[in-house]
Parts: sequence; C-alpha cells; structure tokens
Amino acid sequence: MRFVDEYRDADKGQALATQIAALCEPGRQYKFMEVCGGHTHTIYKHGIEDYLPENVALVHGPGCPVCVIPMGRVDDAIAIANEPGVILTAFGDMMRVPGGNGSFLDAKAAGADIRMVYSPLDALKIARTNPDRKVVFMAIGFETTSPSTAMTVLRAAAEGIDNFSVFCNHVTILPAIKAILDSPDLRLDGFLGPGHVSTVIGCRPYEFISRDYGKPLVCAGFEPLDLLQSVFMLLNQLAEGRCEVENQYTRVVPWDGNLRALEAIGQVMQLRPYFEWRGLGFISHSALRMRDEYAAYDAERIFDVPGVRVADPKACQCGEVLKGVLKPWECKVFGTACTPETPIGTCMVSSEGACAAYYNFGRFTRQRLTEAARV
Amino acid sequence: MTTERTAGWAERAVAEAEATTEHEPGALSQEQQVLKRIERARRRAPKIRERRITLAHGAGGKATHSLVEGLFVEAFRNPTLEALDDAAVLSVGAGRLAFTTDSYVVSPLFFPGGNIGDLAVNGTVNDLAVSGARPLYLSAGFILEEGFPVADLQRVTASMAAAAARAGVQVVTGDTKVVQRGKADGCYVNTAGVGVLERPVSLGAAQVRPGDAVVVSGPIGDHGVTIMLARGELDIAADLASDTAALPALVDALLDAAPGVRLLRDATRGGVATVLNEMAQAAQVSVVVDEASVPVRPAVTGACELLGIDPLYVACEGRLVSVVDGTQAAAAVAALRAHPLGDGAAVIGRVAADPPGMVLLKTAFGGTRVVDMLVGDPLPRIC
Repeated sequence: MRFVDEYRDADKGQALATQIAALCEPGRQYKFMEVCGGHTHTIYKHGIEDYLPENVALVHGPGCPVCVIPMGRVDDAIAIANEPGVILTAFGDMMRVPGGNGSFLDAKAAGADIRMVYSPLDALKIARTNPDRKVVFMAIGFETTSPSTAMTVLRAAAEGIDNFSVFCNHVTILPAIKAILDSPDLRLDGFLGPGHVSTVIGCRPYEFISRDYGKPLVCAGFEPLDLLQSVFMLLNQLAEGRCEVENQYTRVVPWDGNLRALEAIGQVMQLRPYFEWRGLGFISHSALRMRDEYAAYDAERIFDVPGVRVADPKACQCGEVLKGVLKPWECKVFGTACTPETPIGTCMVSSEGACAAYYNFGRFTRQRLTEAARV
Repeated sequence: MTTERTAGWAERAVAEAEATTEHEPGALSQEQQVLKRIERARRRAPKIRERRITLAHGAGGKATHSLVEGLFVEAFRNPTLEALDDAAVLSVGAGRLAFTTDSYVVSPLFFPGGNIGDLAVNGTVNDLAVSGARPLYLSAGFILEEGFPVADLQRVTASMAAAAARAGVQVVTGDTKVVQRGKADGCYVNTAGVGVLERPVSLGAAQVRPGDAVVVSGPIGDHGVTIMLARGELDIAADLASDTAALPALVDALLDAAPGVRLLRDATRGGVATVLNEMAQAAQVSVVVDEASVPVRPAVTGACELLGIDPLYVACEGRLVSVVDGTQAAAAVAALRAHPLGDGAAVIGRVAADPPGMVLLKTAFGGTRVVDMLVGDPLPRIC
C-alpha cells in the first residue's frame, strides 16, 4: 500500500535501530513519553520495542481520547440516550467504556437507541433521515477530532437541521502534558509529541516544554519508522546537548498548525473553566464546551443532564497509568479484575489504551516473546 | 447540578478477583507474577456476567465463548457437545456421521459475490467438510418478515439450489415461519447438515504437535470487508467480492496429498486469529504467525487500515485453515494451489510448544507481539 509500506520497511528499521543504539550512553537510562494513544497502539502492534536498546524505555501518556472520559460522563450520555425520541451516536471505541452502571452497549441492549458512527457527519446524516428524532453525537477526543465536530455543527446550522446536537467532551492536550510535567513522581527525558493533534495546533504551542521545563519534544508520525526516527531525534538532541521542539512528521504537520481548523473550533466551542479527567481529576481550562451562540446544538442545554460524578473505583489506578507513573501491569487490578472482557478502567477498553495494548499485544516479557518467536 | 455516586459493580469485581487470586511467593519478578496471575485468570471457566445479551455475545470472540460455555454447555452438557467442534461426530451402527447447524442473519442479504442463500449452504457444508466428513443432506429453515418480496426469496432459494448442487448435497427437509413486519430483518435462514466420515482420518486439536505448519488456502478477509462496504455506510468503494464457496473438494485434494493433516477449520466469524487462538488453547501449544506471509488483498489491507481493523480478525466464508505435519507443508500447499479455490494458498506460521495457549505474530516490520482473541466484533451480522 503506497504511503504506508514505505514507513514499515524492516531493513530501514534495522538501520535506525543501529543508529539509536550508537547514540545511547552506556549505563544511562532513557525514558521518553509517547503522549498519544495512537503511538502506544503502533508501538505494540508492530513490536517496536524490539528495535530499542534495553536502556530506552517508552512511557505511555495521557493522549487516549476514550481513556480520559470519566465514568460520570458515560452515565450522563446514557441518561440522554434514555430520553424519549433520542438517538445517541458515538465512535465504536466508546461503546464498551463502563460507566457507573454499565456501558453504551449495555444501555443499548436495555432498549436505548445508541448507534456507532465513524464520523460526526454520519451522525448528521442520521439526523437528516430521522427528522422526528433527536440525534445526539457523543463528541470525544483532543484537537484531532474537535475540528470535525465543529465543522459538523456549522454544517447543521447552514442546512437548518434542528434535531442534531453535540454532547461535548472534547479535551485539549496541553493542560494534560502540563499536569504530567508538574507531577513530582515522574522523571522523563523527553516527549514524542502527538502527531495528529499537531496537524491542528502545530508545533509552536509545545515550546514551553523545552523552554520552561527543559525537556525536548519531537512531533512524531504514526508509522513504525516515524517512531524510530523520532526516538533517534530525541537521543540526538540529548547527545548534542540541545533541548528543542522538533518536527519529525513534516509530511503532515505544519509548524503553525491548521488555521482553518482552529478557527472552526474557536467559532463553535470555548474553554470550560474545568473538566474532570478519568484518573487525573479536575484540570482547569482543559476541555471545550459549546459557545452560547450554538446553544441550540448543545445537548447539555437541550436535555436535563444529571451531571453525575462517579468516583473512580478505589483499586483502579488509571490515573497513574495515564501519567506514566505506573506501567499497565503494575496496576493492582490489571489482568485479574480488569481485563478486556470485563474492563474496570478505560485504559483497558480503547485500542489506544495502554492497558489494552499491553494486555492484547505485549502480555509477555519481551525476552520470552522474542525467544518464542525465534524457535 | 451534580450527583455523587460510586461504581458498585467495579468494587464488587475487584473484591471477587482479590478473593480468587493467589499471590505468588518467591523469586519471580513482579511482572512475571502479574503474568502468571493473568494466565490463571484466563483459565478460569467462562462465566456469563451480563444481565442482558449484547451484540458482543454474537461476535465469535471471548463474549461468545462465555455465553456458549457458561450458559449453553452448562444447560445441555454431554461428551459430544463438550468437544465444541464445528460439527458433532456421532457413531451410528458401524459408521460415523457428522452433524451441524448454523443460522444466517447477514445484512445486507445480497452482496458482491453472493447472498444469504450461498452462505447458508456453503457455511454448513464447510462445517461438515472441515470435520473430515463428506456432506450429504441439509435442512433449510426460513424466518421471513411480513412484506418480504417473493422475488428476493426466489433469488435466495435459486442461489441455495445452485450452491447445493455445486457442493454435492441435497436440501431434504425444511421449515417456514413468518413474523410481523419489524420483527425480523427481511429473511433469516437456518440450515443443518449431515455428512458421513469415510476417511480414516482423525482431525482435531489433540493431534496438533510442535513443528506443524499452519496453512491458509487463499487471501483472508474478503468476505468481511465486502459485507462492510456493501452496507454503504462508509462511502468507500473497492473491487472486492465475498469468498463464499463450498470447500469439500478442496478438503479432499488436501487430505489426498497430505495425510499428515492434523486439523481443519474454516475461518468464518472472528477470522484466522480466532481460529488459531481456539486451537492454541485447546491443544496447549503456541502458534507463531509470520505477518509478511499472510495473503491479504491490497483492497482488504487498505480498508482495514482505514478502519483500524486487523485483517486477521476479519471473516472469510470460503477459506480453509489447516494445520499440517511440518514435513508435508510443501505438499499441502501444492495440492491446495492446484485447485481453483486454493490458488492463493500459503504457509503462514508454525506450531511451537511455548508459551502454551498463545498466538504470537512476527510483524512485517520485524517486531513480535501477541495476537489475542477479540472481545467483541467491530462488524456484527457478517454471516
């Protein structure tokens, strides 16, 4: 497949691995955080850790859109879905996320009309073909997906579709990165920056990370060679004593971002004073809500949303996993009470969640895995 | 307005797991202890926890297993059923019969390469064929929705008749029910099939040995991706058709050429990954798949890449997965390739002893990872 296979060339991977190993100082431990859940997925899916020396560790970050949704928001969405005449639409990843009292899939089995869509435009299409129903889109995601939600609302307004609304759970990446940088229990050597978020916000907003916190960041693509090259670029900065924001993903990410997308977000949405993140608690100015001008498309104002807050289960350590403080398997309930079949934490649900990726793809010590495959 | 709650179900699940988890003392590293605990948790008898049936229970993955083993096997328990093979093998007089049934609810009913009628015949015929039986007779049960066009039903039955003729079976009994409008999606079909075991072969997970080769008969995932695109929800077009086909002749060719065939499966719902996981767990062996040698059409790769699905989990309706004595792998592939239904056959992996019950993948990029069974299926009602 063109534009994909080129970035999955095993020979080039080997060559990069050799260069990476050569850059590592013997005896020094390197810890890099991949912020984005898409990176976590790629790392496990392609077995990228096999290419890294033992003293380079990748730590999974908070950038999994499904993982950061608190249980209360799932309950609120189900309450909306149970209102008469409502069709709730959501991305497939959301369907199995547990709330305080079951998931969307459970609510659907109990009679709610909840449908999976691939894009908010699909939700708008459902609204168009069901004029007598109220169609609500469960909007989740970082700056990667908020422009498409905003554009869909603008389209609905332009077409005069009045039975479509958005239950807005969009979050922003920078406060989450800042929360991690301010957290005392983590020592990182640098970041693999979230490539898809950066197609929208660009690289400039990360400059405080190198300037104020002294950590390098390389904005990284999502194919195996992208990630290896980004690790190489981080190590190269450390070796040369530099600390900068660099862009590996230049084929997609403009330095200043996508102004039209940013405008669309700004036109339709505004920052919330605070928002609860699963496991991380309330973070100020970390999420978006609909602007007053678009109140007619805001499910939180159209419906009587209960505003449920469900305390995270005591044993659940999603927060520590999202911050990279704990490896997935270090969580107390990992693999026993919390499995992909019966997830307690969100990190175990999404294909981008660190726990699900580790459980499904990497559930062995690397040594045993590679030995078994070598036979 | 905010209300505070706790997730009682989660606290209970944690307490229950705590009570049944033994902590490993001694020299193991913490990660090894965790992995051991997971292995034990995985071996626990499947239990159905949900209060209602969800779509995941029909997806062929872990949720389906918990329903089948936690509810149906519990209710109907007997040694023949407990084998949980594609077909039950029954001794009748001096002979052995294979008996199986399957229901078809595919949406849409008509799709490139076939329709629900083709699936209903080929699927049941294939369940018999992979048990080593020669399929003989089918039943056909129709659940029809009020208002369903007779012309559509005629197309379905014409396809069934043609597929039965190709597979060398006869439809010898049947049933019809009509339900009110809105109570069924046009037409559902159930078929049951009987075949006779004539060859002295003994197939099954118990025969699988380390060193065996895993062979597929052609490109995987065509059917699942075709159905998904035929639904028209994705606005993606591709030149693809379902691979639905009857496999008895291909099975015959394979068994003639490679008497060391250990196990046969048709990789339907859940795809090749699910078949291999079931086999690895039943035989307590590991399977190492080489991603680069798995045949997948570019259109299927492309669609799966866009949708974030792994082709290894996508359904086929006419692909044979076989485990063959490693020394006969080349003969098996040659025999499959000599048949029109097997011209894309390839060795995709091999069986090893350790780690038992696991499927591993050597990725095309050169890394290694686990291929687990899926919990649910992103593509419901595929057959």
